[in-house]
Amino acid sequence: MPPHLLLATAAILPFLGSVVAICLPGHARNAAAIVAGFVMVTCLSCIGLLYPAVAGPDPVIWTVDWLPTLGVRFVLRLDGLSWLFAVLVLGIGALVVLYARYYMAEADPVPRLFSYFLAFVGAMLGIVLSGNLIQLFVFWELTSIVSFLLIGYWSDNASARDGARMALTITAAGGLCLFVGLVLIGQIVGSYDLSVVLASGDAIRNSPLYLPALVLVLAGALTKSAQFPFHIWLPRAMAAPTPISAYLHSATMVKAGIFLMIRFWPVLADTEAWYWIVGTAGMITMLVGAWSAIFQHDLKGLLAYSTISHLGLITLLLGLDSPLAVVAAIFHTVNHATFKASLFMAVGIIDHETGTRDMRRLSGLWRAMPYTATLAMVAAAAMAGVPLLNGFLSKEMFLAEAVDNADGHLLNLALPVLATLASAFTMLYSVRFIRQAFFGPAPHDLPHAPHEPVRWMRIPIELLVLVCVAIGLVPNLTIGPLLAGAVRSVLGERTPDYDLAIWHGFNAPLALSVVALLGGIALYVAFGRRINTNPRGGPWLMDRIDGGWLFERTMTGLVNGARRLEAGLGAERLQAQLRILFLTVLLAALVTGVVRGLDLFAPGKTTEFDPAFALMWLVGAACAIGAAERAKYHRLSAAIFVGGAGLVSSLTFLWLSAPDLAVTQILVEIVTTVLLLLGLRWLPKRDAAIPTPAWEKTRSRRRRMIDLGIAAFAGLGLAGLAYAVMTRPAVDGIARWFIEEAYPQAGGRNVVNVLLVDFRAFDTLGEICVLGIVGLTVFALLRRFRPASDSLGPPKQQVNHDAYDDAREGRELGDTTADALLVPRVVMTWLFPFIVLLALHLFLRGHDLPGGGFAAGIALTIAFMLQYMAQGAQWVEERLRIQPISWIGIGLLVSVLVGAGSWLFGRPFLTAYFAYWEPPLLGKVPVASALLFDLGIMVLVVGASALMLVALAHQSLRRTRPAEAGVERAVEKEPA
Amino acid sequence: MEIVLSLGIGVFAASGIWLMLRPRTFQVVLGISLLSYAVNLFIFAMGRLTVGAPPVLGAGADIVSVDDPVPQALVLTALVIGFALTALFLVVLLAARGITGSDHVDGREPHQAEPNPENPHP
Repeated sequence: MPPHLLLATAAILPFLGSVVAICLPGHARNAAAIVAGFVMVTCLSCIGLLYPAVAGPDPVIWTVDWLPTLGVRFVLRLDGLSWLFAVLVLGIGALVVLYARYYMAEADPVPRLFSYFLAFVGAMLGIVLSGNLIQLFVFWELTSIVSFLLIGYWSDNASARDGARMALTITAAGGLCLFVGLVLIGQIVGSYDLSVVLASGDAIRNSPLYLPALVLVLAGALTKSAQFPFHIWLPRAMAAPTPISAYLHSATMVKAGIFLMIRFWPVLADTEAWYWIVGTAGMITMLVGAWSAIFQHDLKGLLAYSTISHLGLITLLLGLDSPLAVVAAIFHTVNHATFKASLFMAVGIIDHETGTRDMRRLSGLWRAMPYTATLAMVAAAAMAGVPLLNGFLSKEMFLAEAVDNADGHLLNLALPVLATLASAFTMLYSVRFIRQAFFGPAPHDLPHAPHEPVRWMRIPIELLVLVCVAIGLVPNLTIGPLLAGAVRSVLGERTPDYDLAIWHGFNAPLALSVVALLGGIALYVAFGRRINTNPRGGPWLMDRIDGGWLFERTMTGLVNGARRLEAGLGAERLQAQLRILFLTVLLAALVTGVVRGLDLFAPGKTTEFDPAFALMWLVGAACAIGAAERAKYHRLSAAIFVGGAGLVSSLTFLWLSAPDLAVTQILVEIVTTVLLLLGLRWLPKRDAAIPTPAWEKTRSRRRRMIDLGIAAFAGLGLAGLAYAVMTRPAVDGIARWFIEEAYPQAGGRNVVNVLLVDFRAFDTLGEICVLGIVGLTVFALLRRFRPASDSLGPPKQQVNHDAYDDAREGRELGDTTADALLVPRVVMTWLFPFIVLLALHLFLRGHDLPGGGFAAGIALTIAFMLQYMAQGAQWVEERLRIQPISWIGIGLLVSVLVGAGSWLFGRPFLTAYFAYWEPPLLGKVPVASALLFDLGIMVLVVGASALMLVALAHQSLRRTRPAEAGVERAVEKEPA
Repeated sequence: MEIVLSLGIGVFAASGIWLMLRPRTFQVVLGISLLSYAVNLFIFAMGRLTVGAPPVLGAGADIVSVDDPVPQALVLTALVIGFALTALFLVVLLAARGITGSDHVDGREPHQAEPNPENPHP
């Protein structure tokens, strides 16, 4: 396979695996593990096969255009450093999969765990392989989100939820800072391409934006890699299942921050600011972490703080601004990943087989599980930096760097001492771990009798410990070439000479190392017992500062602040809110008008006054005011008044050269009025005769006066604004172009229709989607809810009819009603074909004359609606099956397919095609793809509006036949 | 013409806003309808008023003097969306009335449970 294909496979496969795993049934532990294992091994092979390609000077790059207009491309980039990290991520990941298969209980939803796990692997690989800054950020945040899911996996456990929330809050907040920082770097360099950025170190360092960019990028890196004071999330993340902890805190999550700092070391480091921020953070973290680790009684807690300490060590190395320190940092990253992953797994086994992780209860496990104990001891020795193991080599390099840099800065002078101190602490907690867990008297009263775990659970640890020993014994044969490749890809020409040998002769670093090892043992001998019985419960000195408490306080403060803000600015009641809203708009308009010196009544061009027009509007205004006045007690007349106002506005459109609008408005008006009338029956009766309580009277009068003021003022303002605009000469905008090009380019003479279905067809597609969604929402609402009981009894006429039927022999109840209004009903029934014809007419002529899909669709709906009104829902549905939901679907599909059809001809989405065709007899017929698009619009409009009307009509049907159970249609389904 | 239409828009808008500030849901639905008429007419008027020259091109017609089609196209979709909005509000209104038993916009009668300033969420 070509290299870029291997790279793409490795990057995409984990996400595919994640999707597959989540689809597995909840108990499919083996299947999920096999999927995960397959993905990990395949990806690892892909990356492994790429090793020869990476060995060269140029990285392997695979590019796809992502947002080409913004210059953002999806780039996968593999060089020595990312190769090394990818191997860590995948290698340790593969071992974790094997381990997790046997660690997780059968009752847990294991496929979900593996699904999250694979998504996390994908995100982590995404960070490591990103060749683009924006893309890097996306994967960065993805790791935060997925780690939230992983840490909170046992979501019924409160501490897991809290830990997950804290990890997400801290790392995602850091991620946002990182995003801004990356954008700043992109602005400085003028490109988001990683290769370009890495080549412009001087430009970045000399830019005035350097400091903000640095601080923001470091905020991302330091939060992710749990540096002081952001380290608090890491111990709490221990609530995750142990395999996940082993993965997140050895090779991945926290190492993402380290990776970022190494990646950007060539362009951001080598300045005072970098030195102080990174160096100080690393130093404090290393000491605080090691000190706190000493006092942990929980094994996982010990490993958590130890991880923090080691991350601090790596950060400190990166802060030293020396190429050799970078080598040590990369080397220690690898070593830490191997020994820490194996230690977490060993602790997981202890927890699994004994039921506790408390060091004060554990003891003498050596007898029960000698094999695991040996492995754990070797790994712990590697962590402590005992010779012949990998930890020793990188720690020696660290101490050598500390000694070499001990000049100039105050921090540097203290460096050898503090480094030795931290090493001694590390030795102390490692010895304590080994001594307490594995030696001493046989354990008693443990939850389970300890024994060796299943064979398969130990294999991952064995392999990792083997790596620790192999690197420790023959570094040049094992890690040497890989490290060299990674270092070269970071430092390039600045790559220093270094030697990975075990023995460098008697020198200062060795002396410090010996002091640290012996010092650690001595400290344990002196204080070990007192640590176990530590009366203060937490680390001395550190227990006064509770980071978790501070975090909680901050979060509570934020929430309370938001509540207060809401209480101050929000309103409980809708009316008050709307009042605030309208007043704000009025005020904004007023201020703008005054500031800009708006003259509403400047003399301008007006059209000739027409008394008939004025008279029509007199009626319109009366209708509007009438509706406002009648709406409370006389709903029917108010609805009629609103209809009148709608008619006037429709006539206005017709008068002022907008026939399309006039047609659509009048049709919409009909449908809306029917809808309102259908709804009226369920509203409660409201009677003006019911007296208002006296205390309410003055208050409500005052409210009404205020509302009247707002309404009048807003109306006046809008009127003035409308007048001002209308009297000013029109600006020559885009209209001219549309008018001129409508016929030559789109073959339509009706410019409005051409605009809708051709020039701005994409907008129209959005509009009809909205319409379809509203139709479905109405349907869903009416399906779930049952309207209130009828507020009115049957009409007087119907009562009379029923009395008549009752009194006469041979008449069934309802016979007379069935004959009521017979003539209008027959007329309405027979109108059906004519209205359908009208709709088709409107539709077909739409491109050239007023009409079009919208108008035709509503006309067709009216045709259906009339049938419902004339004959009742049952009669209609026995004869005519309308399936509005299918209409919506088909309409949308037709529109989208017509749009997509232009792709076949290599044109952009929704490019229209047209020609005229002259069949015999019919004359010239336009054949335009826009017509098909308009057909989609029409079908969808019919579907959506018919769906609403039919759903509402069925509500009354449901009331009138309560007994006919079992004859349920989808529309009438009862809520469960 | 301009003065008539602008006054008409003003009256529609004022009636609509007045109704939207009322406490009963049916009033609010009618208010929204009226306000949307006003807004549609306002947007339409942005293309200035032209009598007797619709943007429909006859064969060889004078294309200089026709009305601005852009606001018309905007209003056309607004009409249909406005219809959908009214329908949705109407159904929400009915559902709210069914659930709460009240047609007040807040879902409860104002004198029924006076909100307690100490405890706004009883």
